[in-house]
Amino acid sequence: MIRLMLFLSGTVVILFLIALTAGPADVSARDSLAALFDDSYGPLSLVMWEIRLPRALLAVIIGAALGLAGAAMQGYLRNPLAEPGLIGVSSSAALGAVIAINTGLAASATLGLPFAALAGALMGVFLVMALAGPQGGSLTLILAGIAISAMAGALTSLVLNLSPNPFAANEIVFWMMGSLADRSFVHVGLVLPFAVVGAVILLSLGRGLDALTLGEDAAQTMGVNLKRVRLWLVLGTASVVGGATAVAGAIGFIGLVVPHILRPLVQGQPSRLLWASALGGAIMLQMADIAVRLILPSRDLKLGVVTALVGAPLFLHLIYKTRKGLV
Amino acid sequence: MSLLSVRSLSVTLRNRPVFRDVSFEIGPGEFVGLLGPNGAGKTSLMRASLGLIRADGDSSLAQMSASDRARAVAWMPQSREIAWPIPVERLVALGRLPHLPQGRTLPPAEQAYVDRAIERMGLDAFRGRAASRLSGGEQARALIARALAQDTPLLMADEPAAGLDPAHQISSMQVFADLAAEGRSALVSLHDLGLAARHCTRLILMAEGGILADGPPAEVLSTELMAQAFGISIWHRETENGPVFQPLEVL
Repeated sequence: MIRLMLFLSGTVVILFLIALTAGPADVSARDSLAALFDDSYGPLSLVMWEIRLPRALLAVIIGAALGLAGAAMQGYLRNPLAEPGLIGVSSSAALGAVIAINTGLAASATLGLPFAALAGALMGVFLVMALAGPQGGSLTLILAGIAISAMAGALTSLVLNLSPNPFAANEIVFWMMGSLADRSFVHVGLVLPFAVVGAVILLSLGRGLDALTLGEDAAQTMGVNLKRVRLWLVLGTASVVGGATAVAGAIGFIGLVVPHILRPLVQGQPSRLLWASALGGAIMLQMADIAVRLILPSRDLKLGVVTALVGAPLFLHLIYKTRKGLV
Repeated sequence: MSLLSVRSLSVTLRNRPVFRDVSFEIGPGEFVGLLGPNGAGKTSLMRASLGLIRADGDSSLAQMSASDRARAVAWMPQSREIAWPIPVERLVALGRLPHLPQGRTLPPAEQAYVDRAIERMGLDAFRGRAASRLSGGEQARALIARALAQDTPLLMADEPAAGLDPAHQISSMQVFADLAAEGRSALVSLHDLGLAARHCTRLILMAEGGILADGPPAEVLSTELMAQAFGISIWHRETENGPVFQPLEVL
C-alpha cells in the first residue's frame, strides 16, 4: 500500500515536471524550470507563470478530483460502472455553461462561463436531492441522477438547436469536449476551493464506504448513517465535479476507469481506493494533457476526446479481463 | 439484564400485516433459533427489532443510536453481499469498525479479535483470498466471522446455515452455542429443524402472523405445533446421541 502510494505520488511529480517543460516554445527543460524562479528570463518567465504552471496545476487538481469522485461513487453504489457524472451534476453544469455561451454572457463577463456552470451544477444538486427523497437508498439516487442528466442533455441540445449563429454552436461543441488550454491562475483559484472542500468531504466517507461493502443493512448495523453518507457523497461529488466542469468542460472516463484500474492494487478496499484514485486521476489527466500538446500541437486536440479515446479501449480491455476471470 | 427486549411489535409492509403484537426478551447465555415457514416474518421481525424497518411497538435495539447499537448487536443479513474482492482477513476486520476511532489501521489488540473470529470459522487457509470470489458457503462463513469480530453481546443472523456443507453447518451451530456458553447470546433464523433441535437452547416459532410458541426445543418441536406451523409430520426422539429430529411427510 505504502509502496503503491509512493509510486503514484512520484509519477504525479514527474508528470508535473514534464507538463511544465512541454510546449511549442523551443526552450530547454532546465531553462523553463529556472524561469519559474527567476524573472531575468523575461518572456519565458511569463510563459511559465501565465500558461504552463496554471495548466499543469489544473490537470493535477481536476484529475485528482475526478478520480476521487469516481472512487467514492463506485464505493457508494457498489458498482464498478458508476461514475461521478451519474448524479447529473456534470451535465447540468454543462447546461449552465452552454447557456452562458449562447447568451453571450461568457463573452461579456470575465468569469461568466464558469460561474454559469457552477450555477447549473448547484441547480442539479438541488434537483437530485429533492428527487431522490429523504431515505438513504441508492436506487432513487441513480434514477434521479439519470432523469436530471437526460433533462440537462435535452436542454443542451435545445440550446444548440435554437442557436442563432453557427459560431456559438461551434464554440459550444468545442467547449463540451473539455480542455485545459488558455487557463490562468484565476481558473486555478476558482476550482481550488471546490476541489479541496469536495475532497475533504469525500475522503471522510472512507469508513462508511468500507462498511457498505457488506450491503446497506449490514453497514447500518455497523453504526453507519446511510442518509448522512449519501448526503455528503452527493455534496462532495457535486462540489468537485461542478468545479471541474466549470473550469475545464466535460472530461469523461477518468472517474470511471481510474478506480477500476487501481482497485486490484489496493485489494478492493474502498477507503484505500479513495486516496489511490485521487493520485491515479491526476496521473491520467496529466498524461492526457501532455499527449494533447505533443501529438497534434497545432490542431488544438480536446482533452475530453483524448481521455475518451484512451479510456474506452482501456475499459474494453478491463471488461475482457473481468469476463475471463468470471469463466 | 436483557440484551434484546421486544414489546408488542407489529410490522406492516405494503398494507399487508406481516405479524402483530410480538413480544419476547433475550437474556444473556441464550442461543435462540427463530423458526417458521416462508413468509412468516422471521426476517421482518429481526430487521424490525434492529430498527432497520418501520414497525409499531418497542424494541430496545431500535431505540439506540446507530453507534450504540453497533456495540450492542452484530447483524448478518440473509443476502450475502460482498461488493469488492477484498481479502477475507480485511473483510472480517470490517467487524471492528464500530470500535475504532477515526483512522483505518487495526491496532494489534484489534487484530486479536479478527484472528479469533477467523479461527472460529475455520477460515485460516482463506485469509488472503478475495472474499467475493469464494464459494457461497465460504462467503457465508466469512460473513459470520465478520459478525463475530464485531464482538457484541448479541449476534443476530438470518439463515447463516443456508448453503453450508453438513460439517460447517454443525460447526457454525457449535460456534453460536459456544457464544451462549460464554454468556453472550445469538438469535438465528433457521430452516433446518434437526440443527435447531440439537443446538439451540430456546426456539421461537413464528406462524399465523405472530409467535406460535416460545420455549425449549423439546416443547416447541412437538407433533401438534409442527403440524400447525409447517403442515408436516415429524419424528422426534431423545436418543443416546442427543435429540434427533426428522421431518417426515407433508400433511
